[in-house]
Amino acid sequence: MTTKNRRSEYLVAAVLVAPFVLIFGWMFIYPTLQMLQLSFTKSPLIGAGTWVGFDNYIKMFNDKQFWTAIWNTSYFVLLTVVPGTAAAMIIALMVSRLNGWVQSIILAAFFLPYILPVTVVYLIWDWMLNLQFGIAQFIIEPFAGKRVNVWRTLPWFMPMAALLTIWWTNGFSILLFLAGLRNIPRELYEAAALDGATRWQVFRSITWPLIWPVTVLCLTIQLILQLKIFDQVYLFAQGGRTQATMVLVQLIYEQAFQKNAGGYAATIAVALFVIVVGFSLLQFQLLRTRGGNK
Amino acid sequence: MTDIVSTAPIQIAGSRRRYFDPGYWILNLLTVAFAAIWFFPVYWALATSFKTDDEAVRAGVNLLPESIHLDGYAFVIQNSNLPIWYVNSIITSVAVTVLAVVMAACAGYAISQLKFPGRKLLWYLILGSFMVPVSALIVNHFIIIADVKLLNTHAGIVLPMLISPVTVIVYKNFFDSMPREYREAALIDGANEFQLLFRMFIPMNWGVTTALAIITFIGAWNSFLWPFLVAQNERMMTVTVGITAVQDTFGVAYARVLSGAVLASLPVALAYLIFQRKVTQAITLSAGIKG
Repeated sequence: MTTKNRRSEYLVAAVLVAPFVLIFGWMFIYPTLQMLQLSFTKSPLIGAGTWVGFDNYIKMFNDKQFWTAIWNTSYFVLLTVVPGTAAAMIIALMVSRLNGWVQSIILAAFFLPYILPVTVVYLIWDWMLNLQFGIAQFIIEPFAGKRVNVWRTLPWFMPMAALLTIWWTNGFSILLFLAGLRNIPRELYEAAALDGATRWQVFRSITWPLIWPVTVLCLTIQLILQLKIFDQVYLFAQGGRTQATMVLVQLIYEQAFQKNAGGYAATIAVALFVIVVGFSLLQFQLLRTRGGNK
Repeated sequence: MTDIVSTAPIQIAGSRRRYFDPGYWILNLLTVAFAAIWFFPVYWALATSFKTDDEAVRAGVNLLPESIHLDGYAFVIQNSNLPIWYVNSIITSVAVTVLAVVMAACAGYAISQLKFPGRKLLWYLILGSFMVPVSALIVNHFIIIADVKLLNTHAGIVLPMLISPVTVIVYKNFFDSMPREYREAALIDGANEFQLLFRMFIPMNWGVTTALAIITFIGAWNSFLWPFLVAQNERMMTVTVGITAVQDTFGVAYARVLSGAVLASLPVALAYLIFQRKVTQAITLSAGIKG
């Protein structure tokens, strides 16, 4: 290739990547670096600040509210990730036994909540759980002995938020499990049937080991997703004891937009950043050791 | 969606079903019952939206509305900013979809097919950005958008939502698997790179393009945190953010509130029901599973 050709190829490439690189730099690289810099300053949300070194970080580690947010976020992750993935696997196994249009309809029933906006999910469940008129109170009452104002009762808050998050986001994992189940060679099942294996034996020695990689994928994707929890918790906690149910992203929001502490908010954002990137690297490592797809 | 799951367990059951197998039927019944329970909240919201406000709070469980009342719908459309929010949502979601997909296709093509300095670096940056939580960047996005005076504008809502590393990754992988000969033949015929991309690579990957476009649209329509921060003026809100404001003004008027919720989810629900297969494909692709 001549130099002239190569130069024109560079030019074409530059034109093609320019819009993406511009946005990527402006909306991704630059804010990431600015966040780091901001975390070392005491500054309002908008306007100049003063350099304070590691003060914000020291403040953060001594901030009870920060540790509450860490605890609540971890609790939420604990309540959603493994139970959600287990539920998705069971649903996928159930759906995969069906055929044709019945399967399409049943799958759509399980998947549809996933494409709803979070505020719609909030309005639906706010209505379902309404203290006076909520239909779900008919189920809660026999268990608790009385109607429960779920979003104003601390022990109920996170488990219920987790439950409806599973309800809302599980469609994603269900689809991954279904794709994984489809990839299991059908001959294995035929052989097992010839040997007269029971349903449980088939699951235990064929389905479970072959679906394990998808399980790991679902678990890690869910883990990273749920660490960033904000929307549901914010919406349901409105007007309630927001300090007690605070999660990490919500703390960033509160410090930046309600307390006008841009610098300190950036510090908590860095903490979230480090936690999520840490878990992502772990995921990357896990996927690589299983000879994954990247 | 039969092509997703033509799994084998049916076969095992089939070989045994020479005799009546109660386990098979019990499991199927359980599946249907569980699906009905899972779907119930969505149904209940729909049913409530067709009731009158009095009927919605009537004692007892009234699973079916007495008749289809559209009062709630008429009320939200006439007495809230919902029509304006709808326009805002359509403008921003369509803009995000078109811009993000076209930018990603161009970048994916360049990275896949062309040689240029910084290509490797760009690719690793994109792969790395995959794991960065965008919600950690909200404070700085706000500062940047405020700096360029775009708070409370459509552009301000759209800009931070345009970062789409996953879309670039999917495109790059698909363009990588295009046969080299096509490109070489077209180049000999005198086509330039832009014609190659828009007349050949994108049309030949039209399936992926529509799948990515649909999932991007659904994501943009549904996004909450950023539009909630940047559009503080009620007339600039998107539908997804706005419908909670409806609840604040209407109070305990659940038929009206849920009518708003149904309207807000209509475009994404329809997009899913019409393009089920595309949505499925986009989701498995974005998780790194070849669909």
